[in-house]
Amino acid sequence: MRTLEPWVAAPLEEFLAESSARLVLLMTSAGQVVAQHGFTRSLDVMAAAALGAGIVASTTEVARVMGAPLFGALVHQGGRQGVFLSAFDTPRGRWIGLVVFGGETTMGLVQLFFDRLAADLAAAAPADAPTGPVLAENFERELNASLHALFGR
Amino acid sequence: MSGRYREALERVSAVRGVQGAMLVSASDGLVVADSLMEGVDGRAVAALAASLAGRLGRTTESAGLSAPRVVHLRAERGSLLAVPAADDLLVVAVMRADANVGLARLEMIAAAGEMG
Repeated sequence: MRTLEPWVAAPLEEFLAESSARLVLLMTSAGQVVAQHGFTRSLDVMAAAALGAGIVASTTEVARVMGAPLFGALVHQGGRQGVFLSAFDTPRGRWIGLVVFGGETTMGLVQLFFDRLAADLAAAAPADAPTGPVLAENFERELNASLHALFGR
Repeated sequence: MSGRYREALERVSAVRGVQGAMLVSASDGLVVADSLMEGVDGRAVAALAASLAGRLGRTTESAGLSAPRVVHLRAERGSLLAVPAADDLLVVAVMRADANVGLARLEMIAAAGEMG
């Protein structure tokens, strides 16, 4: 497990222990990665973050068109593993969690402990928010710095 | 909730001391139908009961035993019972320590039989 900010580590570790999730990616709604567990290649993290943020943006827009409240979570259950995607509010803005789970756990457990993770992160987030808007000119530099921190290379 | 499920769960819930009964998808740990008293977190109970029943099932299988017919988890202030039913369902009930566990268990087995 790797995190960009130390206060994310404890809640995420607890989630991993309780849910038995295989892969986890925490990102901002702009797709900036905050923490990851289980990914071995930075390319996979970049793709998953972009796709996850894109899906949440799409479903948020679908909800708006339908005049419905925001969707709580999106689950895609496959034969051998499932994907759980959910956005939640933190003092640092809206974040997204992408969780890949297998037969060693259940969708109910992932959902249950993800809700606890979201609450724990909201409670643990420091009040001061150093993150600002993502600007095009420094996006690539920030992305590379994040991937370097998450993969240590 | 379909009438068949509702009637079966209400019979379990009507037993003295039972705080609620649920039908749970065993492989997903999600609530299919419930009849719960206020204060019982059905979603959490469903997820954890399904996980417990699944693990115990794998344990008995590894030990060369047949699958459990009833899972009874006794705690200081009450009990949790789970009975596997057809279609990958579990009948789950939460009860106080003073509940009529024997009758609840019979009603749960009958409810599970009706699911087939």
